[in-house]
Amino acid sequence: MFGGVMIAVALLYLGVLFAIAYYGDWRAERGRSLINNPYVYALSMGVYCTAWTYYGSVGRAASSGLGFLPIYIGPTLIAILWWFVLRKMVRISRVNRITTIADFMASRYGKSTSLGGLVTVIAVVGIIPYISLQLNAVSASFTLLWNYPQSMSAAAEPFAPGSLDTALWVTFGMAAFAILFGARHLDVTEHHEGLVAAIAFESIVKLAAFLAVGFFVTFALFNGPAEIFGLAAADPTLAQLFTFNAETINASEWGWLTFLSMLAILFLPRQFQMAVLENMDETHIRKASWLFPLYLLVINLFVLPIALAGLMIFRDRPMDADLFVLGLPMAAGSETLALFVFIGGLSAATSMVIVDTVALSTMVSNDLMTPLLLKLRILRPSERGDYGSVLLAIRRIAIAVIMMLGYFYYLLTDTSASLVSIGLISFAAVAQFAPSFLGGVYWKGGTRLGALTGLIAGFLVWGYTLPLAATHSIGGVPDDFLMNGPWGIGWLRPHNLFGLTDLDPVAHSLFWSLLVNAGAYVVVSLASRPSVLEQGQASRFVDVFDYSADSDVVFLWRGTATVESLRSLLERFLGAARTERELNDYGHRHGIDLRKTLQATPELVQHAERLLSGVMGAASARVAIASVVQEERLSMDEVLRLLDETSQVRAYSRQLEQRTQQLEQKSRELEAATGELRAANERLQELDRLKDDFISTVTHELRTPLTSIRAFAEILHDNPDLAADRRIHFLGIVLKESERLTRLINQVLDLAKLEAGAAEWNTIEVDMRALIGEAVKASSGMADEKGVQLTVEVDDAQPMTVWADRDRVMQVMLNLLSNAVKFSPAKRGEVHVSAECNDGWLVVHVADNGEGISAEDQKIIFDKFRQGGDRRLGKPQGTGLGLPISAQIVAHFGGRLWVESEPGRGATFSFMLPLPADR
Amino acid sequence: MPAKVLIVDDEANIVISLEFLMEQAGYAVAIARNGDEAIEKIESFRPDLVLLDVMLPGVNGFDILQRVRQQPEHRGMAIIMLTAKGREVEVTKGLALGADAYITKPFSTRDLLAEVRRHLNANHETFTD
Repeated sequence: MFGGVMIAVALLYLGVLFAIAYYGDWRAERGRSLINNPYVYALSMGVYCTAWTYYGSVGRAASSGLGFLPIYIGPTLIAILWWFVLRKMVRISRVNRITTIADFMASRYGKSTSLGGLVTVIAVVGIIPYISLQLNAVSASFTLLWNYPQSMSAAAEPFAPGSLDTALWVTFGMAAFAILFGARHLDVTEHHEGLVAAIAFESIVKLAAFLAVGFFVTFALFNGPAEIFGLAAADPTLAQLFTFNAETINASEWGWLTFLSMLAILFLPRQFQMAVLENMDETHIRKASWLFPLYLLVINLFVLPIALAGLMIFRDRPMDADLFVLGLPMAAGSETLALFVFIGGLSAATSMVIVDTVALSTMVSNDLMTPLLLKLRILRPSERGDYGSVLLAIRRIAIAVIMMLGYFYYLLTDTSASLVSIGLISFAAVAQFAPSFLGGVYWKGGTRLGALTGLIAGFLVWGYTLPLAATHSIGGVPDDFLMNGPWGIGWLRPHNLFGLTDLDPVAHSLFWSLLVNAGAYVVVSLASRPSVLEQGQASRFVDVFDYSADSDVVFLWRGTATVESLRSLLERFLGAARTERELNDYGHRHGIDLRKTLQATPELVQHAERLLSGVMGAASARVAIASVVQEERLSMDEVLRLLDETSQVRAYSRQLEQRTQQLEQKSRELEAATGELRAANERLQELDRLKDDFISTVTHELRTPLTSIRAFAEILHDNPDLAADRRIHFLGIVLKESERLTRLINQVLDLAKLEAGAAEWNTIEVDMRALIGEAVKASSGMADEKGVQLTVEVDDAQPMTVWADRDRVMQVMLNLLSNAVKFSPAKRGEVHVSAECNDGWLVVHVADNGEGISAEDQKIIFDKFRQGGDRRLGKPQGTGLGLPISAQIVAHFGGRLWVESEPGRGATFSFMLPLPADR
Repeated sequence: MPAKVLIVDDEANIVISLEFLMEQAGYAVAIARNGDEAIEKIESFRPDLVLLDVMLPGVNGFDILQRVRQQPEHRGMAIIMLTAKGREVEVTKGLALGADAYITKPFSTRDLLAEVRRHLNANHETFTD
């Protein structure tokens, strides 16, 4: 009775899945996608959690405690990198219309059919144990439930999981479901929206069911987790299951399993399908990279409590720990919950089976059979025929065959093998994709030959160390084979290759297979030359983010094809309606009417190939296209030239961009430089004007004495009989003016030298007290002549020694003294010289009691040829260069020269020089 | 009555030479050492000819020239500009303002005397006619 209900509910559940899938497709056709959001995307990745997680984790926890965890730590860790790794995979797949992981690899390595085929074989062979795991779990849970309530009675027969008949029926049922669901029709759209919606729904169901049983066990059977752990802690064998220490946690095993699951989450065909191919929007990755780990965390919350509860409740009864999830509610008599748990397990298994068979059957049809059939000329695209149905048939057959293989594997292997140990074999198989896949995405140097060699080598090592060895328990290989190696060769022992003994079988297999795989891949890649197509594909993959538009694609193709032949080829695989739509779109975009065009351009051929790729994969599409076009083989020279041109164009545009930036930078610099130049020019013009003024002033100053000299010379010349006193007077004037002229010339030169910094300085210690005395003495004659009284007042207390050029300082002193005498009133003039040391400076003042200097004149007297003084008294004698020269000299020694004066109260010229620091 | 010449210059030695030359040539001479003095002497001494330096302390030579030319009573007064600035612009400016001649320092005493004589004679001619 209960069995009937169970079958009815299971069928109902599968019906709901169909309904969701149809609804999803229906929504997609109307452009209102059900799945275009990060939540559905993250949930669809929940396909990672299969019957392994659902039943197996508890089983694993029951035997090795926390050992079930690494399988979820790996994906969590890699999710951190998704934004970089997964996004690149998504972008590459979208740009290249990738349909499967085999297609991805084939496309990357020059659209190689052999590589695509190899990856397909590895994937199929690798996934078969995994499928057998689902069959195992479903049939075991089915059997357990079918026999309810007898199976729960203490007197029941020891429970034998999954009798043969049940497993076969389950296989048929699952295969039929997978064919109906996954291969309903030849899907030519980019996304399987209905499928994704159904898988997301299944993720919710299995999570809800697992949480339900978790709550039931923890809070209904026990009084919360505290009680479970409390009771378990009392039992030493149970306590060690949730104890972290060196004995319970095998660090090496944890590390390897974490690493393995990191690779699995990327390369399992169903994960690739969901995370890469069904991705609607790259930005969803961002949210999924924390949502998905969260999902994993939540679904694992109750694993340990359930495992402990199961071990305690079934302490005296035979019960496979893998089935505790189902067994516990059954033992408690909760039929409804048991049924829900069974449905949850079914959802976990079906989601894996559906997505994996869709992925694998697509691989088989696109990457294995179609190229084979095309090559063998069994399939002839140039001839009329419904090839879509051929592809569909291949897929359906492939699903059936894969499911049957899974069943046979289930039969062959030890039926008591734990679910987790079966699953890990599959993980290790798909991990073989890692070197050539990641190498292909990040390293342009990887070649087809390298990938082929690496994959084959890794696959062989995997097969030898895991599945082959696994057949031991059913008598596939003798004990001796495992213990002593084939033919007694010790270093060939499957679980201890080359004497490696410290690793468990999975880690051991993973270590050697990946080492051989990666090593062969790298070495052969470096040793082999990639073909032109490979090089092109390598850069399209590795530099995918650099290719902004299709226009950037290299057309390494030359040949002739008619539009008509392409059209009929496309119609055969895409259908007439879609072909018409696609070609119209293309014609519209490129501004050509394809109905009136005979010859197809290389771009159109490429476009058609890409359209076909979406249906049959890159490698097959290439073969199909080749069958309708007359392809000319490009010579290496031509290819190189084409590549060269393209790379030149690209390099040129990159250069242009750089140049533009450089130019902008330059123009900013130029602007700044122009500003500086303008300022410099203004300054130069100013200097030029000053120089003109200077020359004009100098000539004026020179003309003045020269005028007197010439005038008197002519007078003396023309008047030979001039009175003697007059003659002497005039000659005196001539001499005086000559001296003035000489002095002027000397001073102009002197100043020019000072200003140009070309003056020679003879810097010594100068005793200023002595120097002042000497200067006063030298000026006393001039002062006496004019009746000016000279007084000196020098501070005797301190030494007054400065570092300076004695003659130059003397020049300053004499200049100031002669100015002071000159501007002092005759007869009653007073000139007072004083000197003092003040705060590190020597200050000298020369004060007179003349008319003083107006504030206006004070500003200009240090300019060249600007003389102050009383204008009504006529021009004072002098060159007008004395003060500028003195100022220059004082400035040279770090001092300064200034004047203080009030008109009518005399003027005081002062200068200061620095005293040596040690004084 | 000898013609009257006013010498305007701030360089003492140049004044001495000009004074000697003019007296030797038989003219009555007056001297001004700056602009203000020159204006005063023009009114009081009423010279027939002025030897006018351009660069003077106070009011400069061009200003004086302009003033004199604006006063109708000094219409007959000859003005010879003396300057150490020999630039074309200044010569033009001086002539435009109504100077009768323009002599650059250093000058030839003979040329200067010839120029002075020419202008005084011209004036006398206009008087006698």
